[in-house]
Amino acid sequence: MATTRRPSKSKYTADRGIPGAFEGETVTRRRFMTGTVHGAGALMTMGFALPALAFAIGPIFKNDSLGWQTVGTPDMFPDDNYVPAVIVIAPGIGEAGKSTVYIRARNANVDTTPPTQYNRWVAISTRCAHLGCPVRWVPASERFICPCHGGVYDLQGVRVGGPPPRPLDRFFTRLHEGYVQVGRRFSVNSELRAFSPRDPGEPLDGIGQYLYPSRPSVRI
Amino acid sequence: MPRIKLPAPPIPPQFLPQPPRPGTQRGRPRTPLQKGAEAGKSAVDWIDERTSLSGGVRWLFFRKVPKGTNWFYTLGSATMIAFLSQAVTGVFLAMYYRPDPAGGAYESVRYITNDVFLGQFVRGMHKWGSSVMVILVFLHMGRTFFFGAYKYPRELNWVIGVVLLILTMLMSFTGYLLPFDQRSYWATIVGVNINGTGPLLGPYLSDFLRGGPEFTATTLSRFYSIHMLLVPGAIAAMIGAHLYLVAKLGTTAPPWQKPEDPPLELVEEAL
Repeated sequence: MATTRRPSKSKYTADRGIPGAFEGETVTRRRFMTGTVHGAGALMTMGFALPALAFAIGPIFKNDSLGWQTVGTPDMFPDDNYVPAVIVIAPGIGEAGKSTVYIRARNANVDTTPPTQYNRWVAISTRCAHLGCPVRWVPASERFICPCHGGVYDLQGVRVGGPPPRPLDRFFTRLHEGYVQVGRRFSVNSELRAFSPRDPGEPLDGIGQYLYPSRPSVRI
Repeated sequence: MPRIKLPAPPIPPQFLPQPPRPGTQRGRPRTPLQKGAEAGKSAVDWIDERTSLSGGVRWLFFRKVPKGTNWFYTLGSATMIAFLSQAVTGVFLAMYYRPDPAGGAYESVRYITNDVFLGQFVRGMHKWGSSVMVILVFLHMGRTFFFGAYKYPRELNWVIGVVLLILTMLMSFTGYLLPFDQRSYWATIVGVNINGTGPLLGPYLSDFLRGGPEFTATTLSRFYSIHMLLVPGAIAAMIGAHLYLVAKLGTTAPPWQKPEDPPLELVEEAL
């Protein structure tokens, strides 16, 4: 009950006859000690909590590239059909860290993006743009088909059916000492404009590229 | 403000002290046989004298429950027993399991299933028990909903229950990867990518779950750690809070239970 409580003391040191440093001083010794102990406690808690948290979320900010991986010689890859090649996407875990890439030579009739030294071969990732299942190339119908939810893509890796929100990812390619090499992954929107890699399920057309920002771990 | 002292919860009659049979000695037991017969009681007394736990135990277990309480009210306890079963079998599975994606994880699970004595049984308990727990969670949630047991003053307990539901789902998601066969691997790829479809924060959540942009060795140990340390601890703490509120607020009568007629008042005879 409010009536039985002691009347609260003034919070000003001057009113209570306690020496203060300046006019209007409110910091008594008790307040100062309480604040100091709370502050020290908070500091010590952060001392272990922040490093532990940073330890757990550190990989989000680490950007590792596996470099260029040789997949064959130029004469292995025709310009009207895909040839599969296996590359490492996560080192040190054996078969679980490998992935298939479909490669063909650039064909000026279908590939309208300007030629550079990094797109003389078109390397298509088998990671379905819907939820990441492995697509396969079916030469008879000239389509990439995903076994999980029925995503279908054409020769360019552009979606022609099913739920995927964007085309299949690609890899940079180059010719190095007579060998075709595959480099880093990049994502494309439906006009085949290149973006930093996005995870499956994330559209890149319109507002999509802003709703699903690129991540520091794979930004190129 | 005057302190209100609530009456102590009732003690069931079988736990009340019994008067001595005629011819027996009153007071402390003297002969070794009598002392031995009292050993259990004196051990409990020793602990109770130093902890005063008996009041809490009585408060938790000897509650009054409303008339009409029926078998549907056991679903919550059943869920907790399912969790305890998962915890115990999980601890023993962890003695053999190796979170090594380069073949060791699959091999260790194969070893548990095929070679360890009763390994198939314990792994089966854990695997099927997880489904049982999810089913029980939903049945318990349905009971709470259809009996209206989420209403004032039990809203906070509903919220804690939803947190427990989410934690249970997280357990199922992280545990699914651990056998590390093709189904585990691709289900986790798909599951992490579904998490990633949340706008703005989703992509970073995916990176956090995988421990990087690709599925690596870190992913498996991360899932293992979340599955057996982080989430079980959180579930245990949340169950504690859930149970405290159940004991504190009491259970509700089923909705078809009507209040009884008030007792007839005594009327003095007119002279």
